[in-house]
Amino acid sequence: MDNQNLSLIERIRDSDVYFSFIKSPTAIISTIILTIIFFCSFFVEFVAPFNPFNPSSLSLMDAFTPPSWSEDGISKFLLGTDGQGRDMLSTILYGSRISLIVGFSAILFSLILGVALGLTAGYFGGKYEMFVMRITDVQLTVPSILMALLVDGIARGLISKESHDEMAIYVLIFAIGISEWPQFARVSRAATLVEKNKDYISASTIIGVSNIKIMFKHILPNILRPILVIGTIGLALAIIAESTLSFLGVGVPPTTPSLGTLIRIGNDFLFSGEWWITFFPAIFLVILAFSINLLGDWMRDTLNPKLN
Amino acid sequence: MKIKNFLRILLTISLVFGFSSAWAKSIKWSMKGDSLTLDPHAQNEGPTTMVSRQVYEALVTRGLDMKIGPQLATKWKAVNPTTWYFYLRDDVKFSNGTPMTSEDVVFSILRAKQPTSDFKEYISAIASVKAIDKYTVQIKTTEPNPILLNQLSNIFVVSKAWATENFSIVPQNWNASQETYASTNAMGTGPFKITLREPNTKTVFKKNSKWWGNVEHNLTSIELLPIANAATRVAALLSGEIDIVTDAPVQDLGRIESSGSHKVESTPQMRTIFLGMDQGADKLRSGNTGDNPFKKKEVRQALYQAIDIKAIQKKVMRGLSEPAGIITFPGVTGYTKALDERLAYDPESAKKLLAEAGYPNGFDVELRCPNDRYVNDEAICTAVVGMFGKIGVNVSLNSQTKSKHFKELKNKKGDFYMLGWGVPTLDSHYVFHYLYDTGASWNRVNFSNSRVDELIKVMEGEVDLEKRNAAIAEAWKIVKDDISYLPLHHQVISWASAKNINVPIRPNNEPLFRFSSKN
Repeated sequence: MDNQNLSLIERIRDSDVYFSFIKSPTAIISTIILTIIFFCSFFVEFVAPFNPFNPSSLSLMDAFTPPSWSEDGISKFLLGTDGQGRDMLSTILYGSRISLIVGFSAILFSLILGVALGLTAGYFGGKYEMFVMRITDVQLTVPSILMALLVDGIARGLISKESHDEMAIYVLIFAIGISEWPQFARVSRAATLVEKNKDYISASTIIGVSNIKIMFKHILPNILRPILVIGTIGLALAIIAESTLSFLGVGVPPTTPSLGTLIRIGNDFLFSGEWWITFFPAIFLVILAFSINLLGDWMRDTLNPKLN
Repeated sequence: MKIKNFLRILLTISLVFGFSSAWAKSIKWSMKGDSLTLDPHAQNEGPTTMVSRQVYEALVTRGLDMKIGPQLATKWKAVNPTTWYFYLRDDVKFSNGTPMTSEDVVFSILRAKQPTSDFKEYISAIASVKAIDKYTVQIKTTEPNPILLNQLSNIFVVSKAWATENFSIVPQNWNASQETYASTNAMGTGPFKITLREPNTKTVFKKNSKWWGNVEHNLTSIELLPIANAATRVAALLSGEIDIVTDAPVQDLGRIESSGSHKVESTPQMRTIFLGMDQGADKLRSGNTGDNPFKKKEVRQALYQAIDIKAIQKKVMRGLSEPAGIITFPGVTGYTKALDERLAYDPESAKKLLAEAGYPNGFDVELRCPNDRYVNDEAICTAVVGMFGKIGVNVSLNSQTKSKHFKELKNKKGDFYMLGWGVPTLDSHYVFHYLYDTGASWNRVNFSNSRVDELIKVMEGEVDLEKRNAAIAEAWKIVKDDISYLPLHHQVISWASAKNINVPIRPNNEPLFRFSSKN
């Protein structure tokens, strides 16, 4: 209790997490990259040089301009333009925002669902636990992309074409979220089982604290570390899943392209030598997913070496 | 015992060699979309006819030179201006072995006149048809019909016995998504027969050994493998998985030619791409103004002049298109260079026109597009959406696969749509009859003009060519001045194939595999 008097910043500085962070160049670099990407994506209206979805700023005659450093490139379009004359850099930034929103929301959805089910399953045990855990087993046998495709297919059948484009992003979040939750359920159940038998829980039970309070106030904070770790790695997976679905043409509509949609569109021009239309969104996606993964790796090493 | 072993060995050898590609001459053919149905009278659509043409035959047909010549009929004569006699070949068999007679021809023409047929307008001028004897058919037209042969060249003959046996007497009701035996099976007299049909995946044609004609091809089979994605289609072609692509993506022609083992052929296609605006509805389904701006000619002209067709030609079509002023192309009776002139691209006066019409801030509307039918259809739509945005008209794009697009169009959904029109009869009448006649099945802009309707009647019945041409010219002038449609361009098609494949390219984009070879 000796650090009670220190300010928050000093407490952070004093922690082993901070120490491990400044000792890890990969963690620092990936954090810097992610900060830049997050910043650019969320303030894209101010950062991007053009608004690629405002038709009055576009000119079809600008289409297929190569990146600015190549022979026919012009400095106005740093990474060149696509087949409709849209600036690639701006399109990528707008696209990465969609990808990040879908990724974050999906992982949040599966985190809440998975932790709630895993925590209660681990805590109550019995037939309920068996039921929940068997569902995760069954779902883990279905590849998550297949699961997401299935959900998307059903949603397309249920939702009319007119409202589908508006609903597409929610369907996508649900589809990816529902395919990732078993990971969270398993980890949180395992961690709950460990915590459940510790003395402080027994003590709480004896003095008559309600089950809900024990679960969410006492156990949850103690199992957050492993959940955060798989949450971070899951985020990279969710972003890739979103891109995969959009690449397959079942994700967000081309009117609001995400990174996957951009790669799909660019794919049509690969043979004709306009490589930049697909290359830059792809490389951007690689950097984004790679940085999140590296950060997740570092978090796993630091926060929960046992998961390794 | 010995004989049994010998037979086994023989069987093994024949299997090994029978299936090796060196022996079987098979062409693997690919395009963006598939035939919509195998029923030869259910859908009047390009790729559908392309597939039917390999297995079905008509009384007369267009050869490689696009001229009408005999097919199932050897000769014909008109005994008076409205009565025709067709004399059939007596050696024609359907691919199941049953002989073809005048009964089948009469049945097929009547079948194509049923309400569920998409060819009923095509041959609406035929009043009656009857069999005179086993190999003679009499056709009566309502009025003297100068283009009867052109029309008959697309009316395929099916087996009456086969259709009756399989409950397919009436054409499939395609608009209501009906499935019939004839929509997934085919029984024609053509040089090939269909042995496997998996819609949108694979269709296998085998050589019809009972074909009556002089075999000029050396193929044993054709496989149609539609591939929607342009890059995948090209990759499949370059890797040898596909032998010929009849809609090679314009952006990849250079890459295909430079491969050394492939060739590219291009020809102006008999097809014009345009946008249609529903002028009949009182209120736009996808609009925000509570009325229908398309009713005003100023609005239609504003949209017309907002389209920078040169930019589309240069960037989207990479030069492989010809800007169009009317929905018909060189070679069709009634086409003139002057008619084909476009209004100038002028976004400034477009804005003024919009303001004059009472929409200074534009309006909202949805544009419906196919994404697997025409050359770069979706990209053209995306480009025009941007161009309309510049004059303040806020267009949202709804692009979908052609079977959905056409079905919804025929079921009168949508205000603003893309369509392409070919003219298989090579006569302007075909365009007017389908696109401009009051209440015509593809007249989804709801154009109605009593003078044009009259002129269409003249085109149908007038045998004096000079008078007829004058009627066509007058009709074109009326509809062009009205801006009932927004013409975009005439397509140029490109076929890409391996060098050992020889399929003659034709301006109607229809391959005739009976003239094809594989070396």
